[in-house]
Amino acid sequence: MNAQAALSPYSSSAGKTERHETHVLSVLVDNEPGVLARVVGLFSGRGYNIESLTVAEVAHLQGLSRITVVTSGAPETIEQISHQLERIVPIHRVTDLSLDNAFVQRELAMIKVRGKGEARTEALRLAEAFRARVIDATTESFIFELTGAPKKIDDFVELMRPIGLVEVSRTGVAAITRGPQAM
Amino acid sequence: MSKIMTGAEMVVQALQDQGVTHLFGYPGGAVLPIYDALFHQDKVQHVLVRHEQGAAHAAEGYARSTGKVGAVLVTSGPGATNAITGLTDALMDSIPVVCITGQVPTHLIGSDAFQECDTVGLTRHCTKHNYLVRKIEDLPRILHEAFYIARSGRPGPVVIDIPKDVQFASGPYAPPKNAQHKTYHPRVKADIGKIKQAVAMMAKAKKPILYTGGGVVNAGPAASTLLRELVQQTNFPITSTLMGLGAYPGSGPNWLGMLGMHGSYEANNAMHDCDLMVCIGARFDDRITGRLDAFSPGSKKIHIDIDPSSINKTVMVDLAIVGDCGHVLEDIVRLWRAEAHQTDAKALGAWWAQIDKWRARKSFGYKKSDTTIKPQYAIERLYELTKDRKTYITTEVGQHQMWAAQHYKFEEPNRWMTSGGLGTMGYGLPAAIGTQLAHPDALVIDIAGEASILMNIQELSTAKQFLAPVKVFILNNEYMGMVRQWQELLHGGRYSSSYSEALPDFVKLAEAYGMKGIRCSDPKNLDAAIQEMIDYPGAVLFDCLVDKAENCLPMIPSGKAHNDMILPDFEEDIGKVIDDKGKMLV
Repeated sequence: MNAQAALSPYSSSAGKTERHETHVLSVLVDNEPGVLARVVGLFSGRGYNIESLTVAEVAHLQGLSRITVVTSGAPETIEQISHQLERIVPIHRVTDLSLDNAFVQRELAMIKVRGKGEARTEALRLAEAFRARVIDATTESFIFELTGAPKKIDDFVELMRPIGLVEVSRTGVAAITRGPQAM
Repeated sequence: MSKIMTGAEMVVQALQDQGVTHLFGYPGGAVLPIYDALFHQDKVQHVLVRHEQGAAHAAEGYARSTGKVGAVLVTSGPGATNAITGLTDALMDSIPVVCITGQVPTHLIGSDAFQECDTVGLTRHCTKHNYLVRKIEDLPRILHEAFYIARSGRPGPVVIDIPKDVQFASGPYAPPKNAQHKTYHPRVKADIGKIKQAVAMMAKAKKPILYTGGGVVNAGPAASTLLRELVQQTNFPITSTLMGLGAYPGSGPNWLGMLGMHGSYEANNAMHDCDLMVCIGARFDDRITGRLDAFSPGSKKIHIDIDPSSINKTVMVDLAIVGDCGHVLEDIVRLWRAEAHQTDAKALGAWWAQIDKWRARKSFGYKKSDTTIKPQYAIERLYELTKDRKTYITTEVGQHQMWAAQHYKFEEPNRWMTSGGLGTMGYGLPAAIGTQLAHPDALVIDIAGEASILMNIQELSTAKQFLAPVKVFILNNEYMGMVRQWQELLHGGRYSSSYSEALPDFVKLAEAYGMKGIRCSDPKNLDAAIQEMIDYPGAVLFDCLVDKAENCLPMIPSGKAHNDMILPDFEEDIGKVIDDKGKMLV
């Protein structure tokens, strides 16, 4: 039996597109206990994807936090995710930044590379090309700090792998709309 | 105008200020201060249930039959976990309930204290919202907010978890204000441009159908009146989900009967063949749609719902109207009248002629018997003998529930309390008690099965203690009938664990609980026995012995489309109808 036959007719994708897209959602929430669990629980409970998630307080006096979720699915699924998020009581606003694509996104990564001799010089040369900063160094290792779109970080990590990549720590994506308006 | 009181006193005061008359609950260590505060007043009657699941269902019955918020009070740990089935049930069926749970004192939270559980963590997925109150200053606001959230927008259950030290602490209490909530503002009034579009689509329709749901009932009795007016003005055929029964009268001329898996042939075929579907306060649930890629393929669809996440969730629609069904119906009826819209009478006539052909199949028909009571016959007689009274019906879950929905005609909204979304066996008896206490003079009947009733049978004590004269009408076929039917359909008639062995003697059981028991097995005696049940002033357990092998038909087999139903006159082996793909479904 192939995978297609195992799908339930109740969950058939009738009327839905087959496209799979990645979207960045910005979610403004009251900074109260449990709010992140509500958001994450919604994704796991309903079977939605989380590719990255960041959260931090953004307005202390108003007690607001901003959650940035990178998710993927059919456009209809992503619309459904936005509406499901809006049902969560302490959520102020949900904006799908990818809808009009006028936003910037950045991620910070710390990349630990181990090596001696020629490998070390090569790592530094590449780091310079990517504008990665050295934030820790020993005689046999570097930690680079790199900020950029996720793709740039992916590329850098791939280049470091044969040189002596040890480990990577990434923050996940933070994103904001372009222009003078708020989300 | 605030007054200093303890947290426990605030809870009771807030219940009074929110108009709560009955509080369904069960005491325990972590709620003793609140029980003490209840002891000193008589405005809120506490109804002691025998299991916390019963408290939640009783509150649902109370809420569903009155339109008000149902209130529950349970202790920490097992009190909270036992209530969870009822909370999930209320979430699935959009029933407003506020459930107050006791919690261990704040300094013990997280220490695995006696009767501690992570109540907010556990109920996060089965409530509309929940709170853990850590400071006495937050309690009054949270109490009022909880009631607001439970009843506003798409209603649902809200849990307030109150640690014992917060119940003892003192602080200022203020009565509810109509202040706007910080983040929660459901949209009730819809975009008038979209309503105009809807009205124009309706005027042009040649094969329209109104498909209504529990949202109309939740929007209040005025919404049902408007719905009836709309049907009268347009002459559109109307069908409803299980949850929406009674919004349009079951004896009305345009009524097609319930739709869906056990809905009528005419309702399902009309859904399949229509050119315009107007969905009002329903959510295209899988019991309704059957096979999605064959669902009403040729129609334009309008969806009216207060919850934007219900729209385009499983079925993509052409026009989405977000708003309260009552407000939207009011606008539609007003516009329809003001713009003097006319329907295409000729097309509509042909559509009705087609519907009448489907109706002629009499899909709710069954083979009558002189010797055994057919379950459908029992419901028909129950309907005939109770229709002229103010009657409220609750049910458990299974075949009896579907037969009740098919054969009992509901004339008014809020008269039908059933577990639709979650399908909770054991719902009907506590729900009947909640309904009865809200309507002491009404006739309240729990149509039950012999298996379901045993799931919350302990609530007979509650009925006895609070003098709730509920009538439990058991269609006893000695099987978990729906399970048996599916085993016949899917598993070659191997009735694995679906026979109700070692059943109690229900008449003696009734007597043991201090109520009346009646048994009937002969169709000739049925009317007299039902009459005896109705006339008895107290609670009755009626053991109606029915045909053991009757299947609940018609049926859309799993994985099939609306126009692919098994009808009652189907003569072949029903075990051969469902293919392998369908067998995986529920």
